[in-house]
Parts: sequence; C-alpha cells; structure tokens
Amino acid sequence: MATKKARTLRDLARMKRALAPGHRACAGCPFPVILKILMSATDDPLVIANATGCMEVTSTIFPYTAWPVPWIHNAFENAAATISGVESAYKALKRRGKIKTEKEIKFIAIGGDGGTYDIGLQSLSGAIERGHDFLYILYNNEGYMNTGIQRSSATPMYASTTTSPAGKVIPGKLQWRKEITDIMIAHQAKYVAQASPSHWVDFMKKVQKALETKGPTFINVISPCQPGWNYPPDMSIELARLAVESKYWILYEYRSDANNGLGGYKINYRPRKEVSIVEFLKPQRRYRHILDRPELIKDIEDHIRRNWERLERLEKELPLEE
Amino acid sequence: MSFKKVTTGNHAVSYAVWSSRVQVISAYPITPQTQIVELLSEIVAEGQLDAIFINVESEHSAMAACIGAAATGARAFTATSAQGLALMHEMLHWAAGARLPIVLANVNRAMAPPWSVWTDQNDALAQRDTGWMQIYNESNQEVYDSVIIGYKVAEQVRLPFMTVLDAFVLSHTSEPVEILTQEEVDEFLPPREFDPKFYSIDLNDPRGYGLLTMPSDYYEFRYKVQIAHEKALEVYKREVELFAEIFGRKYGVFEEFMLDDADYVLVTSATLTSDAKYAVKKLREKGIKIGVLKMRLFRPFPFEDIRRVLGDRKKVAVIDRNIGFGHHGIFYQEIKSALYPLEKRPPVFGYIIGIGGRDVTPADIEDIVDDMLKREEMTEIIWKGVRL
Repeated sequence: MATKKARTLRDLARMKRALAPGHRACAGCPFPVILKILMSATDDPLVIANATGCMEVTSTIFPYTAWPVPWIHNAFENAAATISGVESAYKALKRRGKIKTEKEIKFIAIGGDGGTYDIGLQSLSGAIERGHDFLYILYNNEGYMNTGIQRSSATPMYASTTTSPAGKVIPGKLQWRKEITDIMIAHQAKYVAQASPSHWVDFMKKVQKALETKGPTFINVISPCQPGWNYPPDMSIELARLAVESKYWILYEYRSDANNGLGGYKINYRPRKEVSIVEFLKPQRRYRHILDRPELIKDIEDHIRRNWERLERLEKELPLEE
Repeated sequence: MSFKKVTTGNHAVSYAVWSSRVQVISAYPITPQTQIVELLSEIVAEGQLDAIFINVESEHSAMAACIGAAATGARAFTATSAQGLALMHEMLHWAAGARLPIVLANVNRAMAPPWSVWTDQNDALAQRDTGWMQIYNESNQEVYDSVIIGYKVAEQVRLPFMTVLDAFVLSHTSEPVEILTQEEVDEFLPPREFDPKFYSIDLNDPRGYGLLTMPSDYYEFRYKVQIAHEKALEVYKREVELFAEIFGRKYGVFEEFMLDDADYVLVTSATLTSDAKYAVKKLREKGIKIGVLKMRLFRPFPFEDIRRVLGDRKKVAVIDRNIGFGHHGIFYQEIKSALYPLEKRPPVFGYIIGIGGRDVTPADIEDIVDDMLKREEMTEIIWKGVRL
C-alpha cells in the first residue's frame, strides 16, 4: 500500500480525497472529518458501500454525489452484505481479467450505530464470519439521529432521546451501551479498533493497519452529533477529545493473530491526567437531567472504571506487541 | 452436442445456472429450494463453474449481495422459496429499482401460518409489484430454458428476472431435460461483458448508486421501470424466437393448447396445466370444444396477446393456485382486467384450487369445466374442493 504521510493538521488539510463541498451534513458534524481521515489514509482505490443514515442522506442527493470514489447505497441493514457481493464480484471479474487496475481495490462498508449495532448486526456478523476482505467503519453517534434522535443499542445509559426521554420517573435510557467492539473481537475479525476524530493520527494509522490486513477488519469511531447530543456546533471535536480523556471512549486495538492466535490487545492512549466525566457530560443537553443526580453520575463513573480495568487486564494478559 | 439427463426441477435450475456462466451466487438454504444451491456449491467446489459462492446468513443478505455483485458488473444468481422470498421482499424492490439483471429461481411454496412446505403461488405473486419479471414453468425443461432466456432478456432491459417452479411437483420430480453444451449456450447467451459505464467499479469515473432523490426526479425513475417492462415484452418475444430457431423449443408469452377452434378456454399456469391438458383431451372426445391457455410470462403482462386469444371465446375459466385475499384469484384478476377494454368479451369465471399443495387431478379440472358450462352469469369467486 502506498501510505500517505500526514503528520500535522496542515498535511491533513492538503489531502485531496475528501467529500466535495456542498454536502448537507449539519453544521459541526464530524463525519466529513472522519471521511477525510479515512480516505486520506491510503492512495489505493476505494469502493464504498454505505448504509442508510445521515451520512448517506446528506452526501448523495440526486443527481449529485459528494463522494470522490465509487459508492453504493443498498438499504439500511445490509452494508456488509452489499460489500460482500461487490468484493466477490470484483474477485470473480478480476481473475477472469475483466477488471484491470494497477493497485488492489480496497472495499469499505460504512454504517452508523443504528445500521451496525441494531438492524445491520446480522449481516455484519455474516460478512465478518465469511471472511470477506473489507473494512467496516462504524461512525457511532450513539442514536438514530437521521430520523430525529431515537435511542439505539449504542445510546449510553441515562442519555435522553426522543424514544428514551428523561421524565419525572424515568431518567433517560436505562441500559448500558452494548459493546459492539467486543462482539467483533468475538468474531475473530482480523483487526478491530476503536478510534476518535480528535486523535486523528491514531485513527489514520488504524485505517492503514486495517487496510493492510487481509480479511475482515472493523473500526468503531466515535462521532459526536450536534443535534443529537445537543451541544454548541463548534464543540464536536472537543467533545470527542473529552470522551477519550475521560476514558468514556477508549482508544484501543485488537489483532486476532497476536500471541500465536490467542489475540492481542493494546490501549493506544492513556490519559495523562484525570478528567472528570462531568466535563464530558456537561456540555450535552441530553444529560442535563442527571447533572444534579450524583448517584446517576456515579453509575456512569463506575461503568467507565470497570470497562477500563477490564481492558487493562486483557492488555496485560494478552499484550499486542508492535 | 446437447444431451438428455433425467433430473429434478431443482437440479435443472442448477445446470442452467452453470450453463449461463454465472459469476456470483449468493444463497441461503430453504426447503424445497435447497437442492438448487447444494448442487451449485458442488459445481463451484469442483471448479466446473468459475464462480464465487457466498454463503450468506439470510435471504435478505442473499439479495443484498446479488445486488452488490450485479452492480459491480457480475452475472449474479440466487434461489429461494416462500418465507425466504418474503424476507427478501425489500431487496427485490432494490434490485428492480437499481435496474440490475439478477436471475432468481423461486420454488413456489405456501406461506405460513399454518406451516407448509407444499406448493402454491402466493409467495411469488405477492412480489408482483416489485418490478421483477416473472415466468411460471410447467416442466423441468422449461425450468432449465427459462434461466438462460431470463439472463438474455434481463441484461438487455436491465430488469431482474424471477423464474418460478412448483414445490415438489417440479422441484423434486425427475424428468428428462435436454442440457445444452457450453458452446450452444454461449451462442445464445454470451458470457456477460463487463461494462464499467453502467456499473459501480469505474475508478476513473466514480459514481454513486442509490441516491436520495427528490419528488422532482423520483417519478421519472418509476416511469422508466415501467417502460423497461414494456420493452421487455418485445425483447422476450424476440429472444424466445431466436431460442426456438437455435434449439427447436418454442416458447411464447403463453402456451396455446387445442385453442384453434375452442369455444371454451381454461387459463392455467405451472404444473396443474398438465392435468388440464389431460382433462381437455378427454373432454374433446365428448365433443366439447375446449382448450388451454397456459400463462408463462406474468410480468410484463401480455395484455394484447391475451385479448387476441381470449376475446371472442364463449367462456373462459381461470384456475388459480393462489388467492388475493379480499379480492379474487390473482390470475383471474389480471385476465379480467386485460379483457375489460374489449367491447365484446366472454364471461370469465375464477376458480381457486390446490392451495397449500392440495393435489389437483384431471377429474378436478373436468368438474371445473362442468361447472363453467352450467354458469351463465359471472360470479365473484368459486372455491373448488373446500372441506368444512
């Protein structure tokens, strides 16, 4: 793979492969940034299958597309099944000499959390199990934001959404987010990672590692949602950073072939100083009903600590050496 | 040289897919279809067909992967039945709307509940308005040929094509089938040419597929699907003529049996046609001038041909192995609607029979004819053999 070198934001700004101007993403939405990092990570040709969702709806309005690469949308629950067909057809046509490219095409499926944690989980599971050579990018804004902010199984505990509203009796969503990154690890996907647009060099490296890996790979990227999380539109990347600094969102990676096939974990970023979860929660109006409920905030803190400790133990037991 | 093989309807589909040089097969098992994809898996595993077989985790994904493959430019195939076809329903709309020439073999099986694996047509007919072409088969030879003809038509008009065969009566019953050599099939249906202009992997001219489309444009997309169906009728007629020239087997939009001088016509589809033909021969011996019109092409619907053939008969009976709940048998609805513009038209009677795989015999057909001959006024719906 011809790996592009982007070490500074100035380098990143100069990268050409990105969504074209004129897309209709909300002010402050970080997914155009996520896509720029994704597409700048490699010079290889890309073919993308996109699940239904805000990314799809705002980036391709007939007769225009903001995408600089071949792109297919084929319903909500099946981006992984669709890319299975595309990748298989490519292999079948290529071995007959019908597709001629100097470089290997890389296949990427992209879905939001609704299209991945919920309605698309089965087709993702199938595609990973079958071992297709593709990267699945989950842009995780923690809810059905395209349809107007409903709860998904990625929505965090106590967040208020239009279908898990905070009321006098019920303080928002009452379930923890399902750990889909673990679910992908359990599938023995070749390479699995969590990333954040705030730590873009880390994210870009992860994309490069995933694309260099033969077989199915998966990256779960946090994508703060201005209308969904309800915060000032200039705070998206800052909130992504606070999510990482407060250990709410752990940057880590997993390789299934490490340690002679036992698998290996690596936490890629350890916050140097403690950042209270309240700093992450406070700017988001989806949490405003719990800011004066210390017992609920403690629940979240405990959950974060458990997740961190669990991952540290896994890393200690099964370290991933570079 | 082509050769005769005694084979089931299911395996006739598999051999036809092999003959058609399909490049991507994506399928999920379901009774009574499973043998189709089992044999295809073997053919691919033995290296006899250079295709990729995707063992998807559901029929929904089977069609999603076929769409991905066909959009990339490969010849794609899947097979299913009943509940599987229903699960695929959303993707059937996508395949037709995206104008992809996928071929699907559906083994007609009754929908649950109550649970059944036996034949009737409600599964396929419920997909009537998805934009797929549909053809119904009476014999395993038709099953084999219709897959090959299906790709030939589908790739010209860019519409998906569903070929339909009855559960067990065809799917698991062996008949002699003429299997064509690869050279013979290639002459009629050349291997699919990769055309990056229309499909998604054109790295130099990247395009998007499946875009959000506003009311100002959406309408025309639907209009074009309809126009493609109208064109498909012409293309189908041309291709079956070419097929007849090369291979000697003649298929129309429907089949006419003893119709030349017939005053009375039984409109049938699929395997119960064989019973109807047998009954008609006996009735002819009694001096009743009756014949059979076997529907083959259901979508696009051959309105003009139906009017031409049925318009000046004395009476028509449509036999449906399906029911459009709250309305009539589905072929009955369609035949009536085709005849409506004629000033003079025969009365048409609609009979329901054989739902859920209940056996249909020539004696049942004779009963239907007796009933039709006695009736003067058209009636809403006539159930044959309901036991209460």
